[in-house]
Amino acid sequence: MSEKGHAQSNIRLGMVIDLDKCTGCGACSTACQAENNISYRPDESQKLRSITWMNIYQLDNKKAYPDFKIAFLPRPCMHCDADHHSPCTFVCPVNATTRDENNGLVTHIYPRCIGCRYCMVACPYHARSFNWWDPTWPKQMESMLSPEVSPRMRGVVEKCTFCHHRYNKARAKASVDGTDPNKAIYTPACADACPTKAITFGNLLDEKSEVAKLSKDPRAFRILEKLKTKPKVYYLSKQDWIRNLADNSLT
Amino acid sequence: MDRILIPDGVKRCSFPIFSLWILVLLGVIGWGVAAGAAVLIKAMNLTGLNDWFGFGAYITADLAIIALGAGAFFSGFLYYGLSKFFPALKELGKIINLAVVVGFVCYTGALAVLLLEIGQPLRGWFGYWHANVHSMLTEVIFCITCYAIVLVIEYVPLILENRKVSESKPLSLLGHSMHDVMAIFALTGTFLSFFHQGSLGGVAGVCFARPYAFREGLFIWPWTFFLFILSAISSGPAFTALICKAMETVTRKKLVDRTVYELIGKIEGGLLSFYIILKIADTANWAFNMSPRFGLKLTDYYWGPYGIWLLVAEVGICGVLPALILISPKGRKSSFLLFGAFLLDIIGVSLNRFVMTIPAIAQPVMPFDQWKIYIPSIYEVAPVLAMLAYCMLIISLSYRYMPLFPRETELNR
Repeated sequence: MSEKGHAQSNIRLGMVIDLDKCTGCGACSTACQAENNISYRPDESQKLRSITWMNIYQLDNKKAYPDFKIAFLPRPCMHCDADHHSPCTFVCPVNATTRDENNGLVTHIYPRCIGCRYCMVACPYHARSFNWWDPTWPKQMESMLSPEVSPRMRGVVEKCTFCHHRYNKARAKASVDGTDPNKAIYTPACADACPTKAITFGNLLDEKSEVAKLSKDPRAFRILEKLKTKPKVYYLSKQDWIRNLADNSLT
Repeated sequence: MDRILIPDGVKRCSFPIFSLWILVLLGVIGWGVAAGAAVLIKAMNLTGLNDWFGFGAYITADLAIIALGAGAFFSGFLYYGLSKFFPALKELGKIINLAVVVGFVCYTGALAVLLLEIGQPLRGWFGYWHANVHSMLTEVIFCITCYAIVLVIEYVPLILENRKVSESKPLSLLGHSMHDVMAIFALTGTFLSFFHQGSLGGVAGVCFARPYAFREGLFIWPWTFFLFILSAISSGPAFTALICKAMETVTRKKLVDRTVYELIGKIEGGLLSFYIILKIADTANWAFNMSPRFGLKLTDYYWGPYGIWLLVAEVGICGVLPALILISPKGRKSSFLLFGAFLLDIIGVSLNRFVMTIPAIAQPVMPFDQWKIYIPSIYEVAPVLAMLAYCMLIISLSYRYMPLFPRETELNR
């Protein structure tokens, strides 16, 4: 047992996003949308009801030209590794959202979700979206939906899964190939699509992995560290003004 | 027309006037039911809720009405549980029936609105089947269900006391037998409701990634768990008393002795003072000890319409002020001050439930996020008003057809 009170595992899937490389092109968000059958409506002007698993924030340093600077911050679910429970998992009254202690993925069982939205309230990153309407796509797009990801019904919460269907596929392939499924590696759709390779994904506990090395980079930081949510998404930037925006500070 | 149903020796308004009042209430209920049905059928996009405001008017109203319904369990606890040791509390027997009715309507009304609150109402039973023992909401689901059942059991003997119903011997016997064991149910209800109030406080307090709502505490329970219990018992009986006073005003009759109000004022004064001291201590700890650890200061929690006025109004005007009035014998002697303090007290607890629900999630936690404002839609307002109309309907029917106030005949001779 770990000191967190859960079975010890040597897999902690996580992500590192290099903000100095991110151009804010939105490819990660678009790829995520397509990969995970995220529905959308003809009118998406109500941004607080728009379902986006990978939201891209535009940050600026609040200075006037010529010192004005901007950066883009893609925000998937942080798959928080907080001790005992993630902020969203332990509040769910029906165990619809749980953290898989074998790999650290925070998952959501849609057919079990009662849509109370308590998990959304508990998440400080606003990584969760509610299905305010029945899911719809333009007619011609329906044949392009991925058969590997179930669409979500009206009245339930959904969020980034780190493309865990790809993980399951990678594990299944490893089993067939006769290799260790626990060493299976995969890449989520967002990392696949990033043209500047700003997103790195892998096992944070595998010291030889790129993601583990980057997470220990001096430029690495996480959002809202002070809340002890222990996100498994790290960001990289050498710009202090971006790093300062990662957490609240009295100064 | 309905004379045979009205208790002996009391006077009630004429049936047409009563019918008109009931029709008005039914109209409001019908409006709310239609709005609620639309939400169930067409989905929650009809509400003002969004991905930022997962909780809104439904939850705020539920929390407030359940806190105010606490008059039932706490008065029951004082009357059935403690009056043997403190005979002065026997005085509460004169208002206990009303407290039961108020508790019953508050809890059943809240349950009905709760059904609208979930995106998949047909899966409501999952709360029992797939219960997550770590979730405060699970505690809420179980306690509210059990306590609502207890309140039904407490309400049934009142119905059985109706003049016409009690003509039936078996029903009359059942009513009397239930009365005999009511102390057991009252104490069971007390236990359940204490837990229920506490777990509602826990719902906000355990959100450790939400600095506005999060509180440290004792074992698994955050301080809000205990503060919600205290604030409920320090305002619930005041709510019952205020309803009684409103009924006296409308019916132009004396329903309970003045001493009952003063006793409730004295009890509430003590409890409210105790609560408000703890609330101030909790607020100070949150603002000056916990928040700096999260990189936040008190002013970071207040902005725009959710400004610092909320804190001043909740703790000062609706907390300290009524507490000072109610603990003073002079304050309790003046009807204006006594009932004014009761009113401030219940506004204070309602404000507390609002603050812990809406501004607590309006605040941006990530430094690059912005504050947002929540405006409820008519589909949220109508069911809430319907819930209040339902409460008034049951109280009106209970008052007309059941012997709610044992001293009514004597006091109005």
